[in-house]
Amino acid sequence: MSQPTSMFSAELVVPALGGALRKLHPAQLVRNPVLFTTAVVALLLTVLLFVGHTGLSLGFQIQLIVWLWLTVLFGTFAESLAEGRGRAQAASLRATRSDLVARLPDGSKVSAATLQKGAVVMVAAGELIPADGEVIAGVASVNEAAITGESAPVIREAGGDRSAVTAGTRVLSDEITVRVTQEAGQGFLDRMIALVEGAQRQKTPNEIALTILLVGLTIIFLIAVATIPAFARYAGGQIPVAVLAALLITLIPTTIAALLSAIGIAGMDRLVQFNVLAKSGRAVEAAGDIDVLLLDKTGTITVGDRQASNFLPLTGTAPATLARAALMASLADETPEGRSILRLAQEAHSLEVPEVPAGAEVIPFTAQTRISGLDNNGHVVTKGAVDAILRSVPDAARGTAAAELRRIAEDVARQGQTPLAVAENGTLLGIVALKDVIKAGIRERFAELRKMGIRTVMITGDNPLTAAAIAAESGVDDFLAEATPEDKLALIRREQQGGRLVAMCGDGTNDAPALAQADVGVAMNTGTQAAREAGNMVDLDSDPTKLIEIVGLGKQLLMTRGALTTFSVANDVAKYFAIIPAMFLVLYPQLSVLNVMHLATPQSAILSAIMFNALIIPALVPLALKGVRYRPVGAGALLARNLAVFGVGGLIAPFVGIKAIDMLVAALHLA
Amino acid sequence: MTSATLASGFGLILVFTALVALMAKPFGLWLFAVYEGRTTPLHRVLGPVERAFYRVAGINPNQEQDWRQYAVHLMLFQVVTVIFTYAVLRLQGSLPMNPRGLAGLSPDGAMNTAIAFVTNTNWQWYAGETVLSNLSQMLGLTIHNFLSAATGIAVAFALFRGFARAETRHLGNFWADLTRVTLYVLLPACIVYALYLVASGVPQTFASLIDAKTLEGAHQAIVVGPVASQEAIKMLGTNGGGFYNANSAHPFENPTALVDFVQMLSIFALGAGLTYTFGKAVGNTRQGWAILWAMLLLFVAGASFAWWREAAGNPMLHHLGVMGANMEGKEVRFGAAASALFAAVTTAASCGAVNAMHDSFTALGGLVPLFNMQLGEIVIGGVGSGIYGFLLFAVLAVFLAGLMVGRTPEYVGKKVEAREVKLAVLAIVILPLCILGLTAVAVVLPAGLAGPLAKGPHGFSEILYAFTSATANNGSAFAGLTAGTPFYNGLLGVAMWLGRFLVVIPVLAIAGSLASRKHTPAGPGSFPTTGGLWIGLLVATILIVGGLTFLPSLALGPVADHLTGAAGLLY
Repeated sequence: MSQPTSMFSAELVVPALGGALRKLHPAQLVRNPVLFTTAVVALLLTVLLFVGHTGLSLGFQIQLIVWLWLTVLFGTFAESLAEGRGRAQAASLRATRSDLVARLPDGSKVSAATLQKGAVVMVAAGELIPADGEVIAGVASVNEAAITGESAPVIREAGGDRSAVTAGTRVLSDEITVRVTQEAGQGFLDRMIALVEGAQRQKTPNEIALTILLVGLTIIFLIAVATIPAFARYAGGQIPVAVLAALLITLIPTTIAALLSAIGIAGMDRLVQFNVLAKSGRAVEAAGDIDVLLLDKTGTITVGDRQASNFLPLTGTAPATLARAALMASLADETPEGRSILRLAQEAHSLEVPEVPAGAEVIPFTAQTRISGLDNNGHVVTKGAVDAILRSVPDAARGTAAAELRRIAEDVARQGQTPLAVAENGTLLGIVALKDVIKAGIRERFAELRKMGIRTVMITGDNPLTAAAIAAESGVDDFLAEATPEDKLALIRREQQGGRLVAMCGDGTNDAPALAQADVGVAMNTGTQAAREAGNMVDLDSDPTKLIEIVGLGKQLLMTRGALTTFSVANDVAKYFAIIPAMFLVLYPQLSVLNVMHLATPQSAILSAIMFNALIIPALVPLALKGVRYRPVGAGALLARNLAVFGVGGLIAPFVGIKAIDMLVAALHLA
Repeated sequence: MTSATLASGFGLILVFTALVALMAKPFGLWLFAVYEGRTTPLHRVLGPVERAFYRVAGINPNQEQDWRQYAVHLMLFQVVTVIFTYAVLRLQGSLPMNPRGLAGLSPDGAMNTAIAFVTNTNWQWYAGETVLSNLSQMLGLTIHNFLSAATGIAVAFALFRGFARAETRHLGNFWADLTRVTLYVLLPACIVYALYLVASGVPQTFASLIDAKTLEGAHQAIVVGPVASQEAIKMLGTNGGGFYNANSAHPFENPTALVDFVQMLSIFALGAGLTYTFGKAVGNTRQGWAILWAMLLLFVAGASFAWWREAAGNPMLHHLGVMGANMEGKEVRFGAAASALFAAVTTAASCGAVNAMHDSFTALGGLVPLFNMQLGEIVIGGVGSGIYGFLLFAVLAVFLAGLMVGRTPEYVGKKVEAREVKLAVLAIVILPLCILGLTAVAVVLPAGLAGPLAKGPHGFSEILYAFTSATANNGSAFAGLTAGTPFYNGLLGVAMWLGRFLVVIPVLAIAGSLASRKHTPAGPGSFPTTGGLWIGLLVATILIVGGLTFLPSLALGPVADHLTGAAGLLY
């Protein structure tokens, strides 16, 4: 996926300006009550400019009105800019999806847009898959770079967990028959692209609650300002409407209201840049709240493949003999496990790795024999599961050597490793221990998660002994051994019953119920259609480790919203100190002592406050779009830091800002 | 004013605050036993009384109510008792125990007083001793001193249950809470307290007048009555309605400096205790302590500021060579420091008893009581109403800043969502709406302008204070306002009613909504709602969301009053 260009590049800013104007439409603006109020006030002053007699200078009034309108425009611009970035992301997704043609089994070609759910289409090598669907016959390699950015082809075949195909991806070999599961424009990618673009964006529950609070604050300040004329009349004076309007607009939380939807859109957008598509903003928020993380062992905690860790010869066998036999048996073995045996033989016993001898015959691994090896002109070395090797050498299997082999194998399993038996010409030599390799740095990641208050649970099909050993080594908090999909589901339900939110990832059809039950279910894009429909996010890279980052992104979204809310509300203190003395000076000149910032004149004080109030919006747009940096420290430390930056900072910044603007306004004789 | 005197005043404030902190746990445990409906030693004596009440009223105390039932029963009770008291006051002339033959009250006066006592405000537009018969005082008013206080605590209990319980609709039974709080807390405490007051010299008699012969040989009729019993619940129940017009400045209500100090402590006793009860209820007493520390921080700041300004004295008099603290309107028996402290206590709580005339405070000294009330009387606050009002701000603080730890906001294990925010905002909006809105009406209408005795900014303060006191259900008067007119009786009555029930109903609705939620266990990733950071955040939220709204009105009232006075301007 293309990385977005600079935040304020012309190609994003210019369309955003147009969007900002379009969003002034009352029907759209009313979705943001604070900005709507600002617009109504700006409109009122604009009208009053022509019909009213305010006693204020025309220049001052015009400046005030311009800045009020700018406040609204900066808000709509921020939203528009965020949407534009999302749209740029979406465009690259959408590019591959236009003009798709479907080939029906009878050979006729139709536009993909006309395909109904349940229709069957044929896709051969070189063709694009016309719609989301399921392979019902055949097997093919498919290039999914269009959506994942990964150019290595993946295998898609009928039945099993790899049957889902996505519209817009290209078949590279063979031919498959696909049953359409989503009509054009309805596929999960279509839906997610729409979300990224902002077109279908619904407010999340948290956004709704915050909007209510912002409306509440607006009402409170409306009451505070609307009662001032009566108070002023008691004191024998009059406050111009324009000044009251300025006070109101600076007090109501315009900053956070203007940036609220931009923050939400940018949060979704960050996920997309991360190649994760969320089905709703709600899911992203839920990610921030996660208490328990269910992680599959393989691929997440351990690297997918086991590595040879030790040669354990039987009594009477030299270690080097075992190592050499294991090496020969693995010469033609291209699996990572086989490679790791060669590497261990080289490192532990300084053995050379020869070419496969001429005339030697490779014994391939088959599901029936479950052994592999090399037949070098009658000299036979084999390796395989302990039972399989014992079956292949019936004479040796009855001896004491077999008993010792079994005992060693049990020891190995107890240490969380997998035993592999080695035999040479019908003689048992010993065991190669294969070890699960814990991913580098995963221990630290779990420690971080623990600090964030998140408990990690490893899910594995291993027996409890092995699972416990791996859990202890990786530092995971808990594990579920010999896990079936039903166990997973039960675990999620149990945690949720205790009030905790659970995240997991999965790919198989049998994962679907658990994915649906989890608060955050991340489906792998390589998974089945059922899994992708059940989860509320899809990872296009199919990397289960990403779950950890998704939690971080969710937290970042919430933090950004909270930080800017706190900042916006804290700003009010300074604005009061700017406007109240300026406003009441005509009533009680002595109130000038409240002018702690020593602003030049009452008019410049009011103008500076309203200018600061407007300019702070674009100044904070980069932060709103990039997000406040999340650090995995405890909530207490995080709160202390953010309160210092955005709370205390929010108290101080406007004092400095308003004073600076006032000096400029005075120097330029603007008021 | 020497610095030693100034320091001794601050010392008094700190000693007082320390004692309040010490009282919180014992009172909190007592209230917690009642909250839980546990059997206490008092049950042996009062248990049969409690059961008899239920039998007569046909109430099953174990039948739990959801928030709507709880609210409906509570409101029905309030409406019926308002009508009852209205009738008693109107018909006073024809009722017994009226040896002085006092006439019934006017319709607006009776309405105002009935609402004042039912809402725990105890705003008194009249002078008690010259307008009310003993029957009116006892049956019409003192009864509400108990019931309005118990109602406040019942609402607080319901809210505690909302936080403490999970996935239920049940918030307890209003009638059981009301009866238990009255029987097991208020009555026994008041009996002991009243006996102490009697021993200290407060009258307690059914007689109405004492004929005293003065030194000159003239006869003076001195009004007495059941003063000690009303005094005890006036303080403990944060009611504040005095037997005498001079309230706790009257030597019969407040005879000694020690009684004065005990009275201040008793105003805070149950309110401070409820913070501990809250901690117990939600299973973490540190939650309760955090609330108490935040309250005491705001309290000490306000009381110290008031004392500092009172100690500085009146700048207008300095020119005349009168130095020292401002003693106008204060009892010499108590002095300026104890008077400033009393003013801060009575307005921090929703008591409204006074031992000095707030109108005569310096402009900025008088700002403190005003501001305390404008915050919604949540600094300790009224019994019950203080803690539930404070919890509204806690919910808002969690919501404003809670997101900053990267989780959706939660407080004591409950997620705060749109519904709670909506209701909390609704309850908080009522303060500026009534205080500022009704003040605005009064300062422009001739009927309103006829009220204040002072002109200029001080006159504005007098009107603002009246509506603040009524809306916040405090009941203290700035004095200097002729409030016994149909205009003020009517508007202040409205303010008291709305100020009480437009907060109580949203609070109960929040309780219902929280109770239905799951319980989210706290972890290292949860927003910390104990400790210094949280306390600071709470204080900041209360000042910014609750206090800033009133800044323009304070600037035009006390602040302008102070500055024009300092400039030598008189109105």
